[in-house]
Formats: sequence, C-alpha cells, structure tokens
Amino acid sequence: MKTIPVETTINGDSTEFLCHADESLLDVLRDRLGMTGSKEGCGTGDCGACSVMLNGRVVCSCLVLGVETQGAEIETIEGMANGEELHPLQRVFLEEAALQCGVCTPGILVAAKALLEKNPDPTDTEVRYWLAGNLCRCTGYDKIIKAVQTAAAEMRSA
Amino acid sequence: MRYVKPESFEAAATLLRNEDGIARILAGGTDVLVQLKAEMVEPDLMVDLKHLPGMRDIVAEDGGFRVGAAVCGAEMGEDAALKAMWPGVVEGVELIGSSQVQSRATMAGNLCTGSPAGDSVPAMVTAGAVARVQGPDGVRDVPVVNIPTGPGKNSLAKGEFITSIFLPARPDNASDAYLRFIPRTEMDIAVSSAAVSLALDGDGVVTDAHVAVGAVAPTVLLVKEAGDTLVGSKLDDAEIAGLVSAVEAACNPITDKRGTIEFRTKTAGVLAKRAAHIAYSRAGGQA
Repeated sequence: MKTIPVETTINGDSTEFLCHADESLLDVLRDRLGMTGSKEGCGTGDCGACSVMLNGRVVCSCLVLGVETQGAEIETIEGMANGEELHPLQRVFLEEAALQCGVCTPGILVAAKALLEKNPDPTDTEVRYWLAGNLCRCTGYDKIIKAVQTAAAEMRSA
Repeated sequence: MRYVKPESFEAAATLLRNEDGIARILAGGTDVLVQLKAEMVEPDLMVDLKHLPGMRDIVAEDGGFRVGAAVCGAEMGEDAALKAMWPGVVEGVELIGSSQVQSRATMAGNLCTGSPAGDSVPAMVTAGAVARVQGPDGVRDVPVVNIPTGPGKNSLAKGEFITSIFLPARPDNASDAYLRFIPRTEMDIAVSSAAVSLALDGDGVVTDAHVAVGAVAPTVLLVKEAGDTLVGSKLDDAEIAGLVSAVEAACNPITDKRGTIEFRTKTAGVLAKRAAHIAYSRAGGQA
C-alpha cells in the first residue's frame, strides 16, 4: 500500500508525515513520529488512553485516521508541560498520587485539561461524567477526581 | 484501502456507485473505524465527506434547523437555539458515548449505522426529522423513520448518503424528551428507550403527540396509537395508561445479555410515560 503525505500542526510545530490510508492517528503518533505518550489501550474508542486534542476537541486518536488530519491542529500529552514546568494537572497528579500504573494517565490529563478549559469550576459529578470515557483499572477514580479538582482550584486562583 | 476526499457531493455519489469493492463513508468514524480495527470490514474505498459544504454546519431554515451530516454531538449540545427547540433530540445525541466520542460521532451516522438502540433516532423520529439524501441521480428528502430497515441495515441505495438532517419548525407550547434505560449511569447501550414530542394548546391540552421507542424491535418504532391516545388530554391517568399499553403492544424485542423480552417491553412503557411527562412540562403544561 502506498503512503500518503500529510501536513499537520502538532503541539504548535508544523509536522509532515507519511502514512497508509488505514493507519490511525495513534499509530502515526507512536510509530512514525515517536510520540509514545499517547497509549493504546483498546484501540476501539472505549478506554480513552489515546486521547488527544484535534482542532480543539478531545478525541480518541485510535478512532481518527492519520490521513484525516491534513491541515489539522493536534495537541498531545507531549505538549502539555511548558518545557521543564509541568502543567498544574500533571504536577497535582504526581503530588496526590492520582495514578498507579500510569497507562491511562496521559489520556486522562488531556481530557481533564479540555474539561477545565471549557468549565473551570466543575462539580465532581461533571468531572466523573466528562472522564467516563477514560478507563483506569488501578485507582478506583477517587484520587483522579480529587486531583482534577485540586488542579482546577489552583488554576482558578492563578 | 483508498482514502478519497471528493470535490463535490455529486462526485462522491458517482465514486461510490462506481466502486466495485467495499466502500465506506467516513464522518465521525466512531463506528466504521471500530469495524476496521476489528477486521469486521476491510473497505477498498473510504470516502471522507466532512469537508464538503454544509456538512459541519447547523443552519436555521424555515423556522427549524438543518444539521449537517458531519456535525458532531458536542457541537449540537453547544447550540443553545437548537437545544431550546428540540431538547429531546439533543439529549439523545448527547447520550452517545464519551466526551471523546461526542467530539466525532454524528446524528446522521447514528441513523445510518442502523442500530435499533441508536440514542439519537427515537427523538428524530418523533420530531418528524427528514434526511437529505444525495445519490448519483440527484437529491431526495427521506423521513428519518424510513432510513433504518433492520439491525445494521438502512434503505439507502448504492452511491447514496445523507448530507444533512432537517428538524422542522415547531409551534409554541411544544417540546420533546428522550429517555433510555441502561444498568450503568453513562457509556452504555440502551436496553430500551423512548422519545415523546408534544404540542399543547393554551390550556395545556395536547393537540399533537408522537411517541417512538428504541431497542424493542429490529428498528426504532414510531407508535402512532400511543401518540393518538394522548391527543385531547392533559396526560391524565387514563391516557397515560393508554400510552403505556399502546407502547407495550408495539414492542417486538429480543432477549439478549442486556435484557429480556419482558423487561424491555415493561421498561419501554415506563420510559414513554416518563418522557411524556417531561415533554409536557417542557412544553409549559402544568401537571
């Protein structure tokens, strides 16, 4: 199968890649661009471990074709920290131990950031519903919800 | 697999008609890319239509709204005017999948995928929504209720696809509602579901009523008798009982891991009753 050239912007940088027509954005990110922060859990849009921002909306990158992203703006977990300075969500997740194995964490951070940009002061229920598509099999979610709320409070007062 | 972004709807229809292999249309991709991954289907041709005119737009038209076939669920939820006119349609769409799925999944895709449990379909049916279908020989308008023909099947011919869905204008004192039963609180497939759309006169008497149920037959069902029962009433106990028995009589479900025939039939009636009360209250009726 021949490869198709695609031009996108990823984390603010113009990025060109070649991919097959049936290759997912997740496979492009991980296997062609070496950006392995986005994880493959299920590959069928159920677990959210591959969450990225596509033109300002959170999507499962396993349910996007690489070729669809011609001209698109993509943000991944790799672009979340500002150089060495972690995003408040990243820092609070570490401080409050809101992860164990960590496979779901990049997707949860990307999705939580999208929520807080839309709704800076969510209720616990709103956080739970928003993150319902991000499965975690370790934590039981309570620490994740609490960490999102701590980071949200910090970001509101910043 | 070839990936093509046609220059026009006409070109897309011709391309699809002339394809000898397996072709799929890509809108939100939340069904078709799952099927690809699972190797349930290996298309020879994937046609992406999202870039074509109107596909991503919600436009006011004749007092109602035309929703492009590639408008995602989140975009519908963010449209205050659309939500005010058709709250039941929008709440059905918003129940589909996660935040991530809402960023991609479309009402037209939910319709074409042909699931009897599609969350956006019952309220589209009770709204009298009409799909605009592009084909190789031109454009036709098809009532949404006539699109699905069975699980995973629809009435579109080779080369045809939906470009938009029209939600018509509605009178004052009218509203709709959609409810589903799932054993969890989110991210699940309806065991049964019901939508009700009502119009009232100035005294709160129902002048027009439509009832549809999902996941209780091979397709979403419009239950005309159930709607007719409500007309002329203020949803008093006798009419509500008539609604429930008309819904139960129309149900023709299967037993599977999500629910039994008896459970689906019973809950469809209960959901129709509750949705009727919500629609009545939204329409300004005093219970």
